[in-house]
Amino acid sequence: MSTLSSVSGTRLAMHRHRKRVNAVALSLAFAAMAFGVFWLVWILFETVRLGAAGMSLSLFTQSTPGPMSEGGGLANAIFGSLVMVALATLIGTPIGIFSGIYLAEYGQKGWLGAATRFINDILLSAPSIVIGLFVYALVVVPMKTFSGWAGSLALALIVIPVVIRTTESMLNLVPSALREAAYALGTPKWRVISSVTLRAARSGVITGILLAIARISGETAPLLFTALSNQFFSSDLGRPIASLPKVIYDFATGPYQNLQQLAWAGVFLITLGVLALNIAARVFLRNKN
Amino acid sequence: MAATYAAAWFTLAMLAGIIGSLLVGAAPAIKEFGLGFLWHSEWDPVQDHYGGLAMIYGTLATSFIALLIAVPVSFGIALFLTEMSPAWLKRPLGVAIELLAAVPSIVYGMWGLMVFGPILATWVQQPLQKAFGEVPLLGTLFSGPPVGMGILCAGIILAIMIIPFIAAVMRDVFEVTPPMLKESAYGLGATTWEVVYKVVLPFTKTGVVGGVMLGLGRALGETMAVTFVIGNQSQLSQLSLFQAANSITSVLANEFAEAGEGLHRAALMYLALVLFVITFIVLSFAKVLLARLKRAEGARS
Repeated sequence: MSTLSSVSGTRLAMHRHRKRVNAVALSLAFAAMAFGVFWLVWILFETVRLGAAGMSLSLFTQSTPGPMSEGGGLANAIFGSLVMVALATLIGTPIGIFSGIYLAEYGQKGWLGAATRFINDILLSAPSIVIGLFVYALVVVPMKTFSGWAGSLALALIVIPVVIRTTESMLNLVPSALREAAYALGTPKWRVISSVTLRAARSGVITGILLAIARISGETAPLLFTALSNQFFSSDLGRPIASLPKVIYDFATGPYQNLQQLAWAGVFLITLGVLALNIAARVFLRNKN
Repeated sequence: MAATYAAAWFTLAMLAGIIGSLLVGAAPAIKEFGLGFLWHSEWDPVQDHYGGLAMIYGTLATSFIALLIAVPVSFGIALFLTEMSPAWLKRPLGVAIELLAAVPSIVYGMWGLMVFGPILATWVQQPLQKAFGEVPLLGTLFSGPPVGMGILCAGIILAIMIIPFIAAVMRDVFEVTPPMLKESAYGLGATTWEVVYKVVLPFTKTGVVGGVMLGLGRALGETMAVTFVIGNQSQLSQLSLFQAANSITSVLANEFAEAGEGLHRAALMYLALVLFVITFIVLSFAKVLLARLKRAEGARS
């Protein structure tokens, strides 16, 4: 106590002031954290509350209804989304993986590697609607029709940067001793990459693919001028095709109550799928490491 | 080798293709309106006369509001996650924030339109208008129909969407601060806040700005969430926060598929080009800043 009394009043006041500032700042940080979590909880809550009510078997068996008719489902939209997402993944993944291999294994130093890395990071966050416009000019205009192919291609162009990024960083994590051991055995480079490094980084690459699928499952903007939509069930990729996000957009902004209900059911499905994919990707990566 | 080489070129080709197709598509509008397009605000498909100022303003204003909210909140979240959170809570909370980033934008849009917009109108906009409607400057800011949809609503939803991006970068760069620096400050008796504000923040400031730029890039290019709630009106009548407006992305989403060949479509392409150039610059800036921090970190270790 004797030391405390020797401290002058002003220094004690300053000490109190600093502690008060600290307490205020930390409370604000706590509030910010709560603020962030609050929105996630609220959005998920509303999605479940308004979307789960619309869950029924007809959702998956019937196509989208007209504005005035009762009933109906989202079968055509779900099918269209699944097909386009699958195709986009099939097109985009190999290109992304090859490009990621180039960046990690061949292009460490050269200008091409640096430029690709830089531009890829930008394309990763570039506005997806611009990708839609690009594919519109590239595919829709020459084909003279909106089509499922165009939609798949637009989504594939979004998959590529995501896969490149994760493939490269996962390959970079592979210890170079592993590569050197393989080289020491006289293994050619392509063989080292395909059977050693890529194999070691497999779970990370798969995580990247899962995240890319999650990302494109909810993408709407690139589909607006590529796949457009279709009120009927169609499996013809040369014609406009319905997709879940686009149908949600059309129904939600329209005035009809029953269509808005369907839109909420669609939102519920997408949110569920995307979050499940994200969590699966995380669990997958953690178990492997 | 050859296949990976070709794949690496693909990215460059894609960038060239995007810029090329936008330039070609926008050419008629560029020829017709020149750079004046950027500061004229009449958007009139009937007279076939176009100026992009209203949408450029909509994009910038909503992104600005988003940053105003998101930057302090993200900073708080990063501070909490790196300095305050108990170890067992770090991971779940980090994942929660990352999931917020994974929620598709259409979900935000739907939620904003059906749930948040009406609440904003009744509980925020109407009281604000009642309280400040007569005050000269604030009155203009809060004028217009308090129906929820508009620049303010879009800005808030954008903020919620970019918080996870900025917070994740800030958390990551805060964590690269050498523990010894922080411990020295703690050893001198600094409070947690002082350590963060006077040691961690100066050390990581390029990374923090990079993270903010990354968030800004996202906000500028976000389409669906904005299109749902911005109100979709292409007139720039008054600078009110409650005013229904249009951003570059929302006008593209609304009008492009229906726009006929010719100037209307070209003007939309011109807007897309402007958007792409702005986001390209912002994201490059972010990338350079983040790379600089990484280099500094490498030099030190």
